[in-house]
This record gives sequence, C-alpha cells and structure tokens, in this order.
Amino acid sequence: MADEKRIDEATGTETTGHTWDGIEELNTPLPRWWLWTFYATVAWGIVYVILFPAWPMVSSATQGVLGYSTRAEVAAEIERVNLSNADLLESLRTVDLGVLERNEALHGFAVRAGASVFANNCSQCHGRGAAGVQAAGYPNLLDDDWLWGGQITDIADTVRHGIRNEDDPDARYSEMPAFDEILADEEIAALVSHVRGLSGLAEGEAEGAQLFLDNCSACHGEDGRGDRELGAPNLTDAIWLYGGTPEAVEHTIRYSRFGVMPPWGDRLGEAQVRAVAAYVHGLGGGEAQVGVPLSEAAAEEAADVPEASFPASADETPAEADAAPVRPVD
Amino acid sequence: MTQPAPLFAAQEPIFPRRVSGRFRTLKWWIMGLTLGIYYLVPWIRWDRGPNLPDQAVLVDLAGRRFYFFWIEIWPHEFYFVAGLLIMAGLGLFLFTSALGRVWCGYTCPQTVWTDLFILVERWIEGDRNARFRLWKAKWDARKWRLRLTKWLVWLLIAVATGGAWVFYFADAPTLARELLTLDAHPVAYATIAVLTGTTFVLGGFLREQVCIYMCPWPRIQGAMMDEGTLTVGYRDWRGEPRGKKRVKGAGDCIDCMACVNVCPMGIDIREGQQMECITCALCIDACDDVMAKIGKPRGLIDYLALDDRPPVLPGEHAPVRPMGSDALDDPNTTGRPGSGDTAVEPVEGRTAPAPHAAAAPFVTRHSEVWAPQPVWRHIFRPRTILYSVAWLAIGVALVFALFVRPEIEMTAAPVRNPTFVTLSDGAIRNAYDVRLRNKHGEAREFHLSLTSETALAISLEGEDDRIVTVPPDATRQQRVYVTAAPGSDAATRALTDLRLWVEDVASGERAYRDTIFNGKESFDERTGAAG
Ligand code: SF4
Ligand code: SF4
Repeated sequence: MADEKRIDEATGTETTGHTWDGIEELNTPLPRWWLWTFYATVAWGIVYVILFPAWPMVSSATQGVLGYSTRAEVAAEIERVNLSNADLLESLRTVDLGVLERNEALHGFAVRAGASVFANNCSQCHGRGAAGVQAAGYPNLLDDDWLWGGQITDIADTVRHGIRNEDDPDARYSEMPAFDEILADEEIAALVSHVRGLSGLAEGEAEGAQLFLDNCSACHGEDGRGDRELGAPNLTDAIWLYGGTPEAVEHTIRYSRFGVMPPWGDRLGEAQVRAVAAYVHGLGGGEAQVGVPLSEAAAEEAADVPEASFPASADETPAEADAAPVRPVD
Repeated sequence: MTQPAPLFAAQEPIFPRRVSGRFRTLKWWIMGLTLGIYYLVPWIRWDRGPNLPDQAVLVDLAGRRFYFFWIEIWPHEFYFVAGLLIMAGLGLFLFTSALGRVWCGYTCPQTVWTDLFILVERWIEGDRNARFRLWKAKWDARKWRLRLTKWLVWLLIAVATGGAWVFYFADAPTLARELLTLDAHPVAYATIAVLTGTTFVLGGFLREQVCIYMCPWPRIQGAMMDEGTLTVGYRDWRGEPRGKKRVKGAGDCIDCMACVNVCPMGIDIREGQQMECITCALCIDACDDVMAKIGKPRGLIDYLALDDRPPVLPGEHAPVRPMGSDALDDPNTTGRPGSGDTAVEPVEGRTAPAPHAAAAPFVTRHSEVWAPQPVWRHIFRPRTILYSVAWLAIGVALVFALFVRPEIEMTAAPVRNPTFVTLSDGAIRNAYDVRLRNKHGEAREFHLSLTSETALAISLEGEDDRIVTVPPDATRQQRVYVTAAPGSDAATRALTDLRLWVEDVASGERAYRDTIFNGKESFDERTGAAG
C-alpha cells in the first residue's frame, strides 16, 4: 500500500499511490456531471437535515424546521379513515342488530372492524383463533354452546357489560355455591359421576341423581340442560368449559368457578361493541335472531345504509376487499 | 512532476457525422419499430367483455392484474413475468456472446432516443462541422434560436416519451382525456415529469456518458464475450500502415477519420476493441463508403471476431501498429514486438486520436494461406447453442404453463387455530378457508362439495346452500365447515383425508383440492387431555 504517487507510463495519468498485488490505481478524474451530482446530493443532505427531523439527540431527534412528523401523519390518516367511516360507524351504532346480516356492506364492515377489535382486546383471553382456553375457563367462541345466549344481541350484551364484574351494575351475574362445605366426600363423588353421566361420560348413579335434584337442578334444570337466563351451563352436551375429567368436575363442584369478563361498553364504545359482536357471531356458533321482523320493508330499511369503504391494508388487495363478505383469517 | 490530476474531466462534446449505409438503414428500421411499439401499443384495444379493461396491454397496479392481449396474469402467476425476465436475460447473453453489444447498438432505449435526438439536432443545427462551429460560436441571436428550437423539439419528444409510459398503467383514451383536462392523478403527472426530465437530459446531454459511466452492462459484457464473438473491429493487418499518401506498401486505411467522425461514442475503433464501443456499426458504414470511393473491397472495418485475426507465422513480423499515441511517443513503450494481438487490446480510458503521421514499422503482410471462419461459425457455437436451448426451454415451459392454467382456481387452507371445534352434540367440526378466483368479467356461482371415504358433512359460513357467488374478476374467501358426526370414524381418528370439490354451476367444470380432517384423537394424543 501507500506507495509513491507517480505517473503511469502507459497512460500518462497520475496514480493514486494505492497498489494491490502490484496493480496500481490510476487517479482518473471524474466526469464533471458526476461530480456535480455528488455535490448536489451533499447539498440535498444538508437541506434535508435542516428541513426534516434527522439528527439523533440523546432522547429525541432534531425536529426540522418544517415540523414534519410521521406520527402526526399516522394520526391524520387515522382521523381521515375515521371520518370517511363516520357514517358507517353511526349506522352500526344504531342499526337493529337482528337485521345487520341482511345488509352485506354494513355487515362486512362490522365483521372486519370486529376482527381487529377482537385481536386487540379479546384475543388475550379467548385466543387469537377465539378457541378459548379450557384449563382457565375462557370459553371457546367457535362452538355452538353459549352460557348467556348466542344470538348477536346476546353477544353484544355480554361484551358491553361483561360477566361477574363489579364495575358494571348491568354485568351478568351468577354464582354457584361451593359444595365442599355442604356435601360429604362420597356425595360429591356420586354427584361427579352423575354429572358426567349426563353427557354420557360415565355411568350415572341413583344417589347422584337425587343429590343433583336437591342441590343443582334449581339452576341447571332437572334434566341438567342449564339455563341461559342464569348463565348456568348445559351439562348434557359435549362441551365442558373447564374440562370434563372427573378431577375438573369435582373441583367445580367443591369450590365452584367464577369466570369474570370485564365490561367493554365504555372502553370500546357502542359501534365497536357491535362490531366485535358481529365478528364473534360469525365465527361459526352464532345463533339466528329470534323475533326479528322478517318483512321486506324492515329488510330494506336495514339495507339503506352507506357503502362500506375500507382503508387499504397491506395484506389485502383492493380487488379482494371488494369481494365481501370476507371472513378474517387467523 | 506533472500537475496533480484534475478533480473532474469535462465531457468532450461529440458531433457524430451523418452516415448512410446498410447498418444505418437497419438502425433506422429498428428505431422506427421500437419507437412505434412503445408509443402505439397502449392504444391497441382488446375486447374482454364487460367489467374488464379493453386495453390490449395493461399493467393494472391497483387491481393487481397484468393484461397482455388474450393473456391475463394474476399476482400469484407472477412466475410468468419472472420467466420472461429470465428469457430476456438469457437473450441478452445469447446476443452478446454471438454479436457483442448489439443490444446497446440497436435496441437499447438510451441508443434509440439518443439517435432520435441527434437526428433532430442535425436537422436543426446541421451536420458535424456546422454543429462544431455552432458549439464554438458566441451566444448570439442565431445560436440562441437554434439551441432553443432544438431544446424545444427535444422537450416535446421527451414529454411524448414520458406521456406514453403512463398509458401502459391506465386506460389510454380515458387517461389522455384526463391529462388534457388536468383531471389525472398526480402520480401520472409526476411520472411524466420524471420521465420527461430523464429523457431530455440522458438523450440530449449525457448520451455516451450514460453508456460509459452509468450503465453496468459494458462492464459485464466482457464476461459474455470471447474471442469467437463477432464485434465491430478494424482489420489492421489490411489497413496498416495507414496514411493519406497512397505510397507503395501502404495499407488500405487512408486515415480519413470518417470512422471516428461518425462514432456516437467518440472513439477510434482502429485502436482495437474498446469498452465504449456499442457495436452500432456506423463506422462500418462510413468506412465502406470510403472503400467504395477509393476502389477497395469493403470490410476494412467490419463485424469480426478476435480469432479472425490472421496468425503470425514464424519469420513474419507481427502485423500490428502499436497502441495509441503514447506508445508511439514514448520511447519506452514503442512497439511490442512479437505480441501478435496487441492491436486488439482494449484501451484504458478514451485516448485522443493518434497522430498517425509517424507510421509504425510494418514489414510484412499476413500469411496468404490463412482464411477466417465463415460468419455462421461465429454465431452457431456451443456457447450460443447452449444459451438458445436454455432460452427455448424456458419459453416452451412458459407457453405450456399458459395453456394448462386451470380454468377454476381454488385454494383450501385448513384453519389450525384451533384445529377442530367440539360442538354441543359432540360432533367434531373443522374449518377451511377456501379461496375461489373468478377470472371472468361476470359473476359466477360455484358449488362446493366434498368426497371422503367416511361420512362428513359440509356447510358454508353465512350461506344456506352450498353455493358461493364470486364477483367478476375477483377472489372470494369463504369459510367452509366440515363436520364429523359424534363418535364417528372421522371424529375419533387423528387424520382423515378428504377432497374438496368446486363446480362452476354454469359450465359444470370441476376442480378439487385435497386436504385433511383433524379428529379428536390428534388433539388428545398431543395434549394428553381427555374429554
Ligand atoms: S473510415 Fe476507414 S479509411 Fe477512413 S480512417 Fe476509418 S478505417 Fe481508415
Ligand atoms: S466504434 Fe463504430 S461500432 Fe463502435 S460505437 Fe463507434 S461507430 Fe459504433
């Protein structure tokens, strides 16, 4: 390296003095336009640093005289989308939930909005795919079993007020007594096999049936089919909120369970509550609305809401976005 | 000590002289063809039926479709585009290995537009000498008038060029109307502005600088070429020693500089193969003209290969002229006796035309018995044949893929979060996300069904029947449920194969996707849980 600068004989050009393996670098001048372009980029860089946030400081960065900020841009973009969806959100806030499904545009909007509401607020307990967590008693929202009702209005109610919380006076509330103190161990054992027998998991016993009639039928019904008014689960079906093993059932009887869901009405607002209800209702277990006016006029009235406009998102092509209704994928 | 090297080298102005001949004519034809294709193709109409664009060639970025006459490419079929790009690359290799930088000389947009700009320049300012005088002249009214006229015409061409580009991305007549009424999207105007600027600057002012300094291809081409490649070269064994005086024993070159004057790259091809040469062959036309005038056979400058050089026989002196002026002027490097191929060594950088008065010491001519290879032998060589075969193979594969493209396109992805759901009656339900593509201009109905060795029921989310309507030219995602009865084989077994069928209700065409059904067993096994 760092050899002497000298004049290359073959070309008559000065060398830079850099040598690699005996190959010397010529100090060939740059084309003028190239140099100008280079100076222009330097000038551009300086101007940019003055105009835009650029130079990192200890806890922030230089602000730039234009006051540009991507954060403000995002806020403005969110504002823009909210504005453009304002009438949709308003329709969603007021529409009769029972006929929401008849309006493809509004329903599609609700389901898509509901998917992100769910991902942000509900997936922590109910899971990203809404399958719940059995061991912890977070219900599976994909099946057709509902503790408090599976019509879209029921779901919206549950979301709005929550379950067994002290924050919302309208929260759905029920309490199962802990039979640990009340019943003897053998009685509990008999009850466990009777309860499991209701859904065919075990041989029922006569003793257990009597105990059930005396202690449980008030809420769960004489046949064990539960009562949605009270949030008492149906014990005859194949679905177990906390699992159907003898141990799980025994634990429930002895110590009772107390699943809590916070109220979301104030936090999310009515439109988002309805959106997430529409989403959950569409996950595969939603029940048809009872007592919905089926007249043409009502359906038409429901359909009289603006077209949905979805902000383009990264993973959906606009063409596909148009192909409503779309079920969000996990 | 000499002066330190300057920081920059000013661009040397080049004023290529007008030339005519067979290669120039070929270039005019290719220029007309390529410019014609470029400017006119967006205006070709193609009726695809309702809801689909009527433009023959359209890149619909918003809708993510590429339309090429009867072919419609969706994003998931991008391999067609990738295949075409590979073919373009191989084609470039093929032509470069056979014919040097012909792409650069004839079809490269930089060359085509520069040629067009030089044509305009010649119309307005005159041929080489007039342009040279004008360049040197003071900025008086005439010079201003000529320059402004030239720049204006250039600008019009540049606007048309940028303007033509945007028509490939939107319906041309609509966009043209919007552009004129100032209703078009700002992106369209910005694109036109940028392309106008680049065309104007690159074609009008930077010209050969683009080919020498900006474009990577001249640096890469060396790897594509070998001694059998036909490139533009000078038969120095025939032309040297050159001189204006037709003395006895002199070569055919009369040093008229015609070849240098017409060269758009400003080089002297007689100094051998050079990186700057774009094999545009204008120097061939110029020299052939001269040869015709002085009654010598054409081909002093010609498409020839390095291995066309006659061999140096024992006892003969190398039929070479030493490289460049410095070699002549510098006593240390005069001549390089015995090295028969020095004359075709590339020249480092661009050197000024050599003062040829001091003729090199030529003694003998090449062996008479030697004959160069015929042209076709340069073109059909193992290397070019290999490139052609690879090129054709990809082409055939693409055409084949084009014709076996399925009419109905469906994907079925089992939902794995969760893998199955237990229903209240104990039935096991799996969900699948089925995507159906409708490539037609009208909505189509698809009927979904399944086959499996065991009993399974299929139902569609949000649809009472098993029919999905897919809007025109769109993809629809539909969640499909498959349910196994409580305690049934499929419900208890870990995995069950099943086949999802889709049938176009109107045409009866069918397609299927194979997938699996997850039973309870798989779950129990995995988690050790029961119930
Ligand atoms: S045009 Fe032909 S004759 Fe004239 S200088 Fe060039 S090579 Fe020599
Ligand atoms: S040397 Fe001849 S072929 Fe090469 S660029 Fe110049 S005119 Fe074209």
